[in-house]
Amino acid sequence: MALNPEKDYGTPVSISEQRINLEIDGFKVTVPAGTSVMRAAANIGIDIPKLCATDSVDPFGSCRLCVVQIEGGRGMPASCTTPVAEGMKVVTQNDRLAQVRRGVMELYISDHPLDCLTCAANGDCELQDMAGVVGLREVRYNPAGENHLGAVKDESNPYFTFDPSKCIVCSRCVRACEETQGTFALTIDSRGFDSKVSPSQNQAFMDSECVSCGACVQACPTATLMEKSVIEQGVPEHAIVTTCAYCGVGCSFRAEMKGDKIVRMVPHKDGGANHGHSCVKGRFAFGYATHKDRITKPMIRKSIKDHWQEVSWEEAINYAASEIKRIQAKYGKDSVGGITSSRCTNEETYLVQKLIRAGFGNNNVDTCARVCHSPTGYGLKQTFGESSGTQNFDSVMKADVIMVIGANPTDGHPVFASQMKKRLRQGARLIVVDPREIDLVKNSAHVKADYHLKLKPSTNVAIINALAHVVVTEGFVKEEFVKSRCDVASFNKWRTFIADPRHAPEATESITGVPAADLRAAARMYATANNGAIYYGLGVTEHSQGSTMVIGIANLAMATGNLGREGVGVNPLRGQNNVQGSCDMGSFPHEYPGYRHVSDKATRELFEKEWGVKLQPEPGLRIPNMFDAASDGTFKALYCEGEDIAQSDPDTQHVFHALESMECIIVQDLFLNETAKFAHVFFPGASFLEKNGTFTNAERRISPVRKAMKPLAGYEDWEITQLLSNALGYKMDYKHPSEIMDEIARLTPTFHGVSYEKIDELSSIQWPCNEEAPNGTPTMHEKEFMRDDGKGLFMLTEYVPTQEKITPMYPLILTTGRILSQYNVGAQTRRTANNMWHSEDVLEIHPHDAEDRGINEHDWVGIKSRVGETVLRARISERVQPGVVYTTFHFPESGANVITTDNSDWATNCPEYKVTAVQVSKVSQISEWQQEYQAFSEEQLELLAKE
Amino acid sequence: MNIEKLVKMANDIADFFNAEPDKELAAEGIKKHIMRSWDPRMRKQIIEYYKDNGEGFSQLAAQAIKKLCGTA
Repeated sequence: MALNPEKDYGTPVSISEQRINLEIDGFKVTVPAGTSVMRAAANIGIDIPKLCATDSVDPFGSCRLCVVQIEGGRGMPASCTTPVAEGMKVVTQNDRLAQVRRGVMELYISDHPLDCLTCAANGDCELQDMAGVVGLREVRYNPAGENHLGAVKDESNPYFTFDPSKCIVCSRCVRACEETQGTFALTIDSRGFDSKVSPSQNQAFMDSECVSCGACVQACPTATLMEKSVIEQGVPEHAIVTTCAYCGVGCSFRAEMKGDKIVRMVPHKDGGANHGHSCVKGRFAFGYATHKDRITKPMIRKSIKDHWQEVSWEEAINYAASEIKRIQAKYGKDSVGGITSSRCTNEETYLVQKLIRAGFGNNNVDTCARVCHSPTGYGLKQTFGESSGTQNFDSVMKADVIMVIGANPTDGHPVFASQMKKRLRQGARLIVVDPREIDLVKNSAHVKADYHLKLKPSTNVAIINALAHVVVTEGFVKEEFVKSRCDVASFNKWRTFIADPRHAPEATESITGVPAADLRAAARMYATANNGAIYYGLGVTEHSQGSTMVIGIANLAMATGNLGREGVGVNPLRGQNNVQGSCDMGSFPHEYPGYRHVSDKATRELFEKEWGVKLQPEPGLRIPNMFDAASDGTFKALYCEGEDIAQSDPDTQHVFHALESMECIIVQDLFLNETAKFAHVFFPGASFLEKNGTFTNAERRISPVRKAMKPLAGYEDWEITQLLSNALGYKMDYKHPSEIMDEIARLTPTFHGVSYEKIDELSSIQWPCNEEAPNGTPTMHEKEFMRDDGKGLFMLTEYVPTQEKITPMYPLILTTGRILSQYNVGAQTRRTANNMWHSEDVLEIHPHDAEDRGINEHDWVGIKSRVGETVLRARISERVQPGVVYTTFHFPESGANVITTDNSDWATNCPEYKVTAVQVSKVSQISEWQQEYQAFSEEQLELLAKE
Repeated sequence: MNIEKLVKMANDIADFFNAEPDKELAAEGIKKHIMRSWDPRMRKQIIEYYKDNGEGFSQLAAQAIKKLCGTA
């Protein structure tokens, strides 16, 4: 349920192009074939009473409330399960129908608590509404008869309750779990009067395989499945449509409010990315926004050994500006820089890079995409001409073969994973390329990978070359596509290169560990599909050959003609909500917004004219370069907005040393994060609920972020950047983020048509949006690629083994990943009840490796690499292969990055997080680093101003 | 900055371009990549190191840095 929900048409829309004419209650209506009578009626404003029907799931026909009469037909069919027919004449209201509906409702209410006035769903209950609609005035059955009113409530889930006494067994929750989420955690147990909704085998929700996506809660027409926040606070009174601040899917939500308090987040049915679906993070884990750890007052201090002083905004801003000026005067203009975050809005990141380039006077600006998808930006720009994925999410519904490489969508991008699983249940084939057994391989209901190419970490490029080798040598190249759409000279060179026997699956088998027969079969499956689509994640990019692998994927897609239409494409699954946007906005040190190099004179002059300053024509420092320069004493001040480099960047000791070496670190964030513990100025930022702006998701969809409550600290983040800029003497005078977007649109060809008015009109826009594509571009490269000559470029991708070698001293490879309930460095989700699912990072180790080392489940194990050591609990698992260990990185005390090295992608310096040679051994206590970190962290929290 | 790290970065870039059979073209590609992505301070440092007969470069990386010297 939702406050004043969008219109529910009862059954899903039909996409048939055939049109059917019929008459309902004397009104003529034309609808697509396959439409239900219920939906056809709803289209002309006739709302047939219903309970078990809702337009997010297929019709079921169980409640019998939606019965109608059809001229010439027998009986009273359910309008939800009756498709329209040419010339059909339908009656939805007459005395007989009214009598039947009242009878149905009377039966329902005879076994339902009559506590409407005190029920949490009062005013937000379809059962209550329908009782009114059918005119139910009495219940003639004896209330003392057999009933379910004493059924015990399940309150195990931290976010919602399940009260079977209020259940009408309409199966909407069961169908939502199956059709919308694809988990199949719920069923109707038993038969007849004993029928009841059951998580798994009559287990509590928390003990079942339920993933808490909220689809069942959303679908429930009564108070049976109800958000605890609504039970506690009551039904919300207004809603604001905004965009989730978690992963790169970018789900649209209705923030349902009571005054300025958020009651619940409800997925927005019209959301272009999520179509009314959600995951446990976006739907429920918003409590961090008002968590007691939020810092809401600006703070300054001279040294990180000093107590923080709470000061006015004016004092904090002036202090920060004076420090930047002092340091630039002493160490030079280039001794300062800034870092933006993918958690910031487009407008905020744009403004930070503008401040650095125009206000600081250098190009020392970078973003956290440096450590995740910078190879995507590089590889796709080189080959296709644009640093972005090629499709929209809906494209997956037309894919026949889906290849998932180095991604774990059910954990990292759960809402898109649900859509992908839906397509897989429809019959699409699946190839998974991953060193670890992700859930899609065989742990998702009714989904099983046709091939799991379980490669050794770091051998991606050998795999992609072998796949391409099969395509080329077995005659699967789409010659016409290559000839008409690609740079033929580059293709011919590549064809010769890739056909060499050293790339044959039989030759690469010893490198990758993937049997040649499986690889050949997978290559044939992808190459011969009508539509083959590749989805990939950080398991591709976070390698020393991350960019090479992205290029290899692009080569393969071009060679097989899998680009330029729906159902195909190269689809990077972005980690954070605004990875795409932060890159689009010119956050990299070498590029202005729209991925134009700073050395390009015409572009530079465009910005110089708009910004009124002379700009530097040379690239600035990347994040790892900033750390190195800081350690060397030439980089002295950093403005860091929304990013926690101390936790998220590799080789923690090196990062800590760099941070300690700076004279002024300005952190703008919600919490005293790990980086802030090294800071001298703290600007309290605003959560996504407290500001206006836009996020751009993995499918290039620019979606609105709208202010639902006042900023707790007084300012939206773009305002803070503007204040700092003005204090530094570089004038900014925006009144609203829409003016920033207008400036972006003026200066960026792919954004020329974007404005807040346009976003409001269309709900969201996929760039490029300009004169050629006024309503945006769901599918890229349809007619030509975006390179200057319009042709796709093939590039040579030699496999180069990583320099992070295993040795007798470090015999295992550590690789890292994510889990559904936690998000990135955990600053948000660790401050919610999501910790009930995952309260610490653990080390997955194969039973053979564990046995060799005498390690048992839950033992403390030391993980030692060439750069450091940390300690985690062991989890024995066959998901990892022998020789490989795996962990997540959501908790700072885990110190996952204490052991990762600074080995990085050759093109972009994206760290090789996925490959660290380690030794693992049983230990009895946490590591020395962890002990030191614990002490440092406690000391820093002590230095916070006390109330 | 740490010169060993800069040399390693140059060698890593060269490893990618080494797939190009025409080594002149490969060296030009490396030079262009460094020009477009390295802060001038880093370029200056590696050029100075190269000119001082610095060691550790792969053959192709050395060829590219030699070309880079012409831009300084």
